[in-house]
Amino acid sequence: MTGFDAVPRLRRGVKAAFDETRDSHVVLFPEGVLVLNETAAAVVSLCDGRTSVEGIALKLAERFDGVEADDVAELVARLVARRVVDVDG
Amino acid sequence: MGEAPGADAPFGLLAELTHRCPLRCGYCSNPVDLVGRGDELDTATWCSVFDQARALGVLQVHLSGGEPLARKDLPELVGHAAGLGCYVNLVTSGLGLTPERLAGIDHVQLSVQDADEAGANRIAGVKAFGAKLRAAEVVREAGLPLTVNVVLHRLNLDHVGGIVALAERMGADRLELANTQYYGWALRNRAALLPTEEQLARAGEVVADAQARLAQVMEIVYVIADYHEAHPKPCMHGWGARQLTVAPNGDVLPCPAAGVIEGLGVENVRDRPLADIWYSSPAFTAFRGYEWMREPCRSCARREVDFGGCRCQAFQLTGDAAATDPVCTLSPHRGVVDAILAGGPTEVGHRAVVR
Ligand SMILES: C[S@@+](CC[C@H](N)C(=O)[O-])C[C@H]1O[C@@H](n2cnc3c(N)ncnc32)[C@H](O)[C@@H]1O
Ligand code: SF4
Ligand code: SF4
Repeated sequence: MTGFDAVPRLRRGVKAAFDETRDSHVVLFPEGVLVLNETAAAVVSLCDGRTSVEGIALKLAERFDGVEADDVAELVARLVARRVVDVDG
Repeated sequence: MGEAPGADAPFGLLAELTHRCPLRCGYCSNPVDLVGRGDELDTATWCSVFDQARALGVLQVHLSGGEPLARKDLPELVGHAAGLGCYVNLVTSGLGLTPERLAGIDHVQLSVQDADEAGANRIAGVKAFGAKLRAAEVVREAGLPLTVNVVLHRLNLDHVGGIVALAERMGADRLELANTQYYGWALRNRAALLPTEEQLARAGEVVADAQARLAQVMEIVYVIADYHEAHPKPCMHGWGARQLTVAPNGDVLPCPAAGVIEGLGVENVRDRPLADIWYSSPAFTAFRGYEWMREPCRSCARREVDFGGCRCQAFQLTGDAAATDPVCTLSPHRGVVDAILAGGPTEVGHRAVVR
């Protein structure tokens, strides 16, 4: 799993967008498309290369109930595995 | 939108802008019946295809062919697709690639034929190696992600270590090593292209080592040789499930090879809206889902993994597009594949030139 200090950022060539057809946030990348739920979309929007996993969890807690840093770390790890984000630290 | 039940919206459009190409790769999967320039869709029609595709749910547009750079209107087509919010992927041989032509493109897939110039030119039928090295530089200088695509076969499988080194030198983010799929010209040249078991075993080891060594630098995707496997590939992730292909003349196909299936009922964007074709054209509904399956696929646990394999391959090798892909060891036709594997090699030929 990704550590709480890790700082995720979208990889080169990855674009976040909104798809009206599916009424969902999506990420577009060379290998394909990921359709995101609301929380995942919020996490992706904070993968800016400056905010740590812990920082993302704190920001999300202002908007959603019951956000744990563990959940954010797990989601970031899945995005890393899909080569959507990179992590520093 | 008049959706037929069971069909989801597609994510990807493979736009085969033209079949014209300066190369003549003996492994080319383009159909043997190539579309001539005079039958290609014009600029306005392609733009309308992109509009319709985006409205249908397409988010990724793969511009391919033939050689997409052979289209003079490519910048206009790229601009239109990008303007719709699509992720634009250029699939190219690299000949004619300039910085100007990269505007609006999100990702480039550049094909390379072999580790060195002589081998590459031999299979391509023309001198193209140097131009590809320059094309890779142009992509890198533009700051775009680069995937290098290499089709593997008897003549280059032993050089796979050198091919990995070449992709590293070219600065690729990803390397796709795809064993030849036998469609179009590759099917015609199959005897010359089929590798031996020993070649595949050795190449498999080299690739696994490179994948481990380069994990942080370059992703290596290895597409196995399906004739040599016990189960077929999950072709297109299911028929009419995620992607559609529009051929240079506007024919709308579930995959680029599907034109070979006789009586499929292929329809054309000049005659009918793209969404209607996706949801209700016989070519798309024929093999969507699981209803069309017969035994052994119908009651097989793997049917959700491989979807019964490839319909085009089933048609090409058994004459029946609804048969189990004969690559499968459970298929009553597996003997056809084994007999092909037992045959000896021949000289490789080249793809025809189309004007
Ligand atoms: C048909 S080509 C068209 C684009 C461009 N002319 C090129 O070769 O890159 C599209 C992609 O399919 C790959 N390809 C061609 N023939 C193939 C085959 N028989 N099996 C697997 N991939 C193939 C090419 O390497 C290329 O990446
Ligand atoms: S595979 Fe080779 S011959 Fe076929 S379209 Fe691409 S570059 Fe041209
Ligand atoms: S029988 Fe059909 S579904 Fe089962 S493994 Fe073979 S091809 Fe796949």
